[in-house]
Amino acid sequence: MTRSVLLVGVGGQGTILTSKVLAGGLIKLGHDVKMSEIHGMAQRGGSVTTQVRYGEKVYSPSIGKGEADVLVAFEKVEALRWLPWLKKGGTLIVNDYEIYSLPVLTGAENYPEGIVEQLEKAVERIIVLNAAKIAADLGSIKAQNIVLLGVLVRALGLDGKDGPDWLKMVRENVPAGLRDLNARAFEAGMNA
Amino acid sequence: MKTIMSGNEAVARGAYEAGCSVAAAYPGTPSTEILESTAAYKEIYSEWSTNEKVALEIACGASIAGARALAAMKHVGLNVAADPMFTAAYTGVNGGLVIVTADDPGCHSSQNEQDNRNYAPFAKVPMLEPSDSQECKDYLKLAFELSERFDTPVLLRMTTRVCHSKGLVELGERVEAGVKEYKKDAAKYVMAPANARARRAILEERLGRLREYADTCPCNRIEWGDKRIGIITSGISYQHAREVFGEGASYLKLGLTYPLPDRLIRKFAGEVGKVYVIEENDPYLETHVRSLGVECLGKEVLPACGELSPEVIRKALLPAAGENGYSVEAEAPSRPPVLCAGCPHRGLYYALSKRRDVVVAGDIGCYTLGAMPPLSVTDTVICMGAGISAAVGMEKAFKKAGRKSKVIGCIGDSTFFHSGITGLIDAVYNKSSVAICILDNRTTAMTGHQENPGTGKTLMGEDVPVIEIEKIVKAVGIKEENIRVITPYDLVQTEKAVREACEATEPFVIISREPCALLKEVQKERRGRRCEIDTEKCKKCKACLKIGCPALVFKEGQVVIDGSMCNGCTLCLQVCRFDAVKKVGD
Repeated sequence: MTRSVLLVGVGGQGTILTSKVLAGGLIKLGHDVKMSEIHGMAQRGGSVTTQVRYGEKVYSPSIGKGEADVLVAFEKVEALRWLPWLKKGGTLIVNDYEIYSLPVLTGAENYPEGIVEQLEKAVERIIVLNAAKIAADLGSIKAQNIVLLGVLVRALGLDGKDGPDWLKMVRENVPAGLRDLNARAFEAGMNA
Repeated sequence: MKTIMSGNEAVARGAYEAGCSVAAAYPGTPSTEILESTAAYKEIYSEWSTNEKVALEIACGASIAGARALAAMKHVGLNVAADPMFTAAYTGVNGGLVIVTADDPGCHSSQNEQDNRNYAPFAKVPMLEPSDSQECKDYLKLAFELSERFDTPVLLRMTTRVCHSKGLVELGERVEAGVKEYKKDAAKYVMAPANARARRAILEERLGRLREYADTCPCNRIEWGDKRIGIITSGISYQHAREVFGEGASYLKLGLTYPLPDRLIRKFAGEVGKVYVIEENDPYLETHVRSLGVECLGKEVLPACGELSPEVIRKALLPAAGENGYSVEAEAPSRPPVLCAGCPHRGLYYALSKRRDVVVAGDIGCYTLGAMPPLSVTDTVICMGAGISAAVGMEKAFKKAGRKSKVIGCIGDSTFFHSGITGLIDAVYNKSSVAICILDNRTTAMTGHQENPGTGKTLMGEDVPVIEIEKIVKAVGIKEENIRVITPYDLVQTEKAVREACEATEPFVIISREPCALLKEVQKERRGRRCEIDTEKCKKCKACLKIGCPALVFKEGQVVIDGSMCNGCTLCLQVCRFDAVKKVGD
């Protein structure tokens, strides 16, 4: 049985690092793993997605509409944009956080109101939290991706005793000076 | 040992294990990481060449001298390198020679979507197409073997989804290939017409042997499942097809896709009910399969544009499977890529955006984003180098028509070295009056900050002399009085230079120089610097929003500056007529 996780956000939010740590843990659990990302122009403030698929044998690295078991949105509008990719009955994790795109900044387009309310109405399994605030309270908003990783690991049921040492992997994948902060961020996510 | 690697990393690993000792490339998404990864193996000399033609010629030279050599590039890069590739097919190799082309179906970060599989029959070189990271490594090693066995360069064709997807790869040891003995052999390596005519016949004979080999090549394999449907496929399309059909079909998975294995295709088609050909972009396999008299289903139902995915294949071939996702009423506003907060290109583009009398030819790089609103400066983007040469052509046409528009060309520093110099020579030689802006941000920014001849560092981290753009500009014949070196963060200076450029009747060059705001050293230097808005003084005229900086937010009737993004470039301060923006930090 192959499972699919779609992580969506805005360039610079750390979706790629999050997927990397997740994939590392999944390999330690003995899964075949494929991870796919699109870079290029998306690095310049565009919408960014990374995809992780795992199971006994994974063929395609791509997740299509209605195929993601879990959708993690690092930003609210991105949850809206990628919602059709979430499988019926799948889990949606939303960071209650706004990043305005240029058309919104200049007033050419509107940032919709009531996104979370609409998502909560539509999706049965939804986890909403302000990972940005949690991370900022711990010391840096930049650790919001690791807060979300904690939430995701728990949601996927990968936090059991026989699971990999996630905290160790988080520490190995972040800059030396930020290890403690990110470890706390991961724990905060797990317990959120 | 198994480790997770992207396709690009696996290609580099394959080169390492195969004993490759020279690798050359020009950075281009999705191929860039191949050379960044070979550079990490000290056994492989790795370089950023000035362009793809140079990269391939370096690899050709190394191969003729006896070393296993690799040249990597994105799909459009192979257009630049096509000249040496077609003749390398004639000369053949001494040490193995592999040319990697990384195609971009779906144009994720490219100006077109060409299917470079067509290059293989055109240049008459064998082609391998891996479908995942493990195959990237295995096929790269096979490519070197085939190159030496058949005395030919080999094309390794990848696509974005293969380059940038990560999967598990079994690592092996490096086997030293050494550098073979070089023997002078003009009949083989000097492609003057008489020699070329003789080599042309050898090329055909070699293709005959390769066709024989194709039918037994281990990377062309049949996977039997339900025989009612037989799927012929290659590359990433194989992975998508397996995902959709599982054991519910049989597969002819092609790894060597030129020459194609005719006997194997006929045998497979003869044993299955219906034949589907599943491939991205052009009907490359399908046309060949049909030419063998095999009826098949392909582009009638599958799209010829964009990437394939399990979803696309399912919709085309299993239309009974319905959609299974969520939807809500609210629509997500668009999120196009933009010039970063504090990007040095913004100042020059802002100055250009204020002039109604200019037409701007752009080029390939971050500065392509000058075409986006609100700056909306750029009129054309064709390919690397055309920022100068297309400008020359436009200016000639406008002059002929008696139009007064000033034509300005914009090109980056790395792109100037890549193929801008020749265009600038053309401008001087052919008495053009274009103005060229060289947007020198001291790096190759768009692909992720690679070194280039202007940065003073090589790919392998060595210090080297900086090639100075001013000196080149002067050397090709731009007069001293027609050259301006400006900092684009100074709007007065920038606007003055643009005005002078517009008035010039001879070729004119503005070198707009300030390092990329995302470079680590720059970020360190500018930490703490930012601008703030004095809400008392702000008249809400929104003039500052016209610079298109993502750090400026119009929220609840008020312009505010996002302190986490702003790095104090002060452009907003300079465009504010009410003195409402102040600088904080130093």
